[in-house]
Amino acid sequence: MMEKKLIKKELMEKKGIHAGKLLLWGVLAVLAAIALYPVFFLVSGSVMGEDELGSYLGPVVSGKEGYAEFPLLPAYPTLRHYVEVFLDSPEFFVMFWNSVKITFGVLAGQLLAGTMAAWGFAKYDFPWKKGFFLIYMILMLLPFQVLMLSDYLVLDRLGLTDNLWGIILPGAFSTFPVFIMYRFFVELPDSLLESARLDGAREWQLFCYIGLPIGSSGIIAAMVLGFLEYWSLIEQPLTFLKEKRLFPLSIFLPDITSASQSGMAFAASVITFFPALLVFLGGQDYLEQGIMAGAVKE
Amino acid sequence: MAKKKWRGFFWILPSFSGVAAFYLLPYADVVRRSFLGAVDNRFAGISNYQAIMGNTAFRLAVRNTIKFTLSCIPVLILLALACAVALCRSKYGGVIKSAFLMPMALPAVSVALVWRLLFHSQGLLNYWLEHLGLAGQDWMNGKSAFWILVLSYIWKNLGYDIVLWMAGLAGISENIYEAAKVDGAGEWKCFLHITLPNLKPSFYTITVLSFLNSFKVFREAYLVAGDYPHESIYMMQHLFNNWFRNFSFDKMAAAAVVESVVLLGLILLLQKTWDSGAE
Repeated sequence: MMEKKLIKKELMEKKGIHAGKLLLWGVLAVLAAIALYPVFFLVSGSVMGEDELGSYLGPVVSGKEGYAEFPLLPAYPTLRHYVEVFLDSPEFFVMFWNSVKITFGVLAGQLLAGTMAAWGFAKYDFPWKKGFFLIYMILMLLPFQVLMLSDYLVLDRLGLTDNLWGIILPGAFSTFPVFIMYRFFVELPDSLLESARLDGAREWQLFCYIGLPIGSSGIIAAMVLGFLEYWSLIEQPLTFLKEKRLFPLSIFLPDITSASQSGMAFAASVITFFPALLVFLGGQDYLEQGIMAGAVKE
Repeated sequence: MAKKKWRGFFWILPSFSGVAAFYLLPYADVVRRSFLGAVDNRFAGISNYQAIMGNTAFRLAVRNTIKFTLSCIPVLILLALACAVALCRSKYGGVIKSAFLMPMALPAVSVALVWRLLFHSQGLLNYWLEHLGLAGQDWMNGKSAFWILVLSYIWKNLGYDIVLWMAGLAGISENIYEAAKVDGAGEWKCFLHITLPNLKPSFYTITVLSFLNSFKVFREAYLVAGDYPHESIYMMQHLFNNWFRNFSFDKMAAAAVVESVVLLGLILLLQKTWDSGAE
């Protein structure tokens, strides 16, 4: 539909806009290049040899005179830094697994409790529903700093500080995915459920056989957004985890005081980015739907 | 009958028990604590509130947060609108949109590595500036740190806002445009009198979401500059972290209550304007 509109528009105003259009696309392309530059930078640095890195980044990493510079592509690409990260740094694996545990723990909880709650809000009426929903919405909007002390008090009481569960449980009950999934469930026509009820379907069957399949894009959208959020979670692990062996990758800031360390730092950054990149590439449509669902007014 | 009435609530129950246990009850405890003394836990009235209002670090963080919000949100929203209008006219818009969304997927730790190399006093930015014959500076340890944070925020959130604007643009019926074209309205007139008014509801949501996302720049700020950054980027989250480390729970509680009340007020205010705007 969009495209049809565009074609029509373009036909109507074909004259005199070529120069302006070219300029516009130039500006957009430059902006897009800036948006992507850090990714190029990381990937290119991660396959650059130690000597090359040393000579380019020396002024920053080891206090050489002059300024750092950086080519777009390395002259002698190598995978050595990746090998080093994988073979020589067991702590990297531990952090990777911590990230996996946190992210998938949170997502599993959101999948269980969140989808049910979203279904309840979207398809049933019950006393004070509006009030409950308002509480969910407000909680979704409050930044971590406001809830930080409450979070700490409850984790302390449950003995979950310095424990991955202390990060997973509050995340699993985050109200944001409920809101996203709600937007998708609410689209489902009530008449469909009514006729299924008349045919003798039970309430849980409605949820499992109608709600889940039809709302699946909403569920995936919430999961994609959740993955990107919890894979790069910083505030919570920084506050509640003291022991290094519990740290996730998202708070691992590699040391770059020598060229060989900076090579590993680049490789580690790319590896940290990689799962998020896969989710992003595979789920971009869902990501966009999720962003839009978060914005639709209640 | 009573069972049927509460039927929907059973679906909420697992989630709501978690919400109550991890958010609502502890928040109530925070409100209670905000009125208690730090040492003796006795009722202290509003003295904690008075203490944070007079606290220089608190005032600095509040000032920076307000300044940050006012500097970056208008720029982000307008830039995203311009990009969205341009992108939705082209079949290649999708590819460019992906490029703008990519920063959302890049974890802050990875970004921080790039930022450290770019904005170091001997870093890449100064190298480029030198080639242009301009003098560089130590970007993260001066007032410029603030503007780098503004840029990081825009860089990270541009794609998000473009998607929201494009959704708003796609919702405008093309019939209106055609009718206007028949009446001889030009491109710019259409934009001013059709596109903008129809985007009003999107505008409010985008403002709220951009505002809430602005609290997340702490991530980049923290990873690049640590616990005690240049004072121009000392944000609320830094302050909360420092209080947390010193066990100043009384001040944290009072500040959390103040901030949540202010945020709630702002959100409700925006929603009111938004309701009257959307009719």
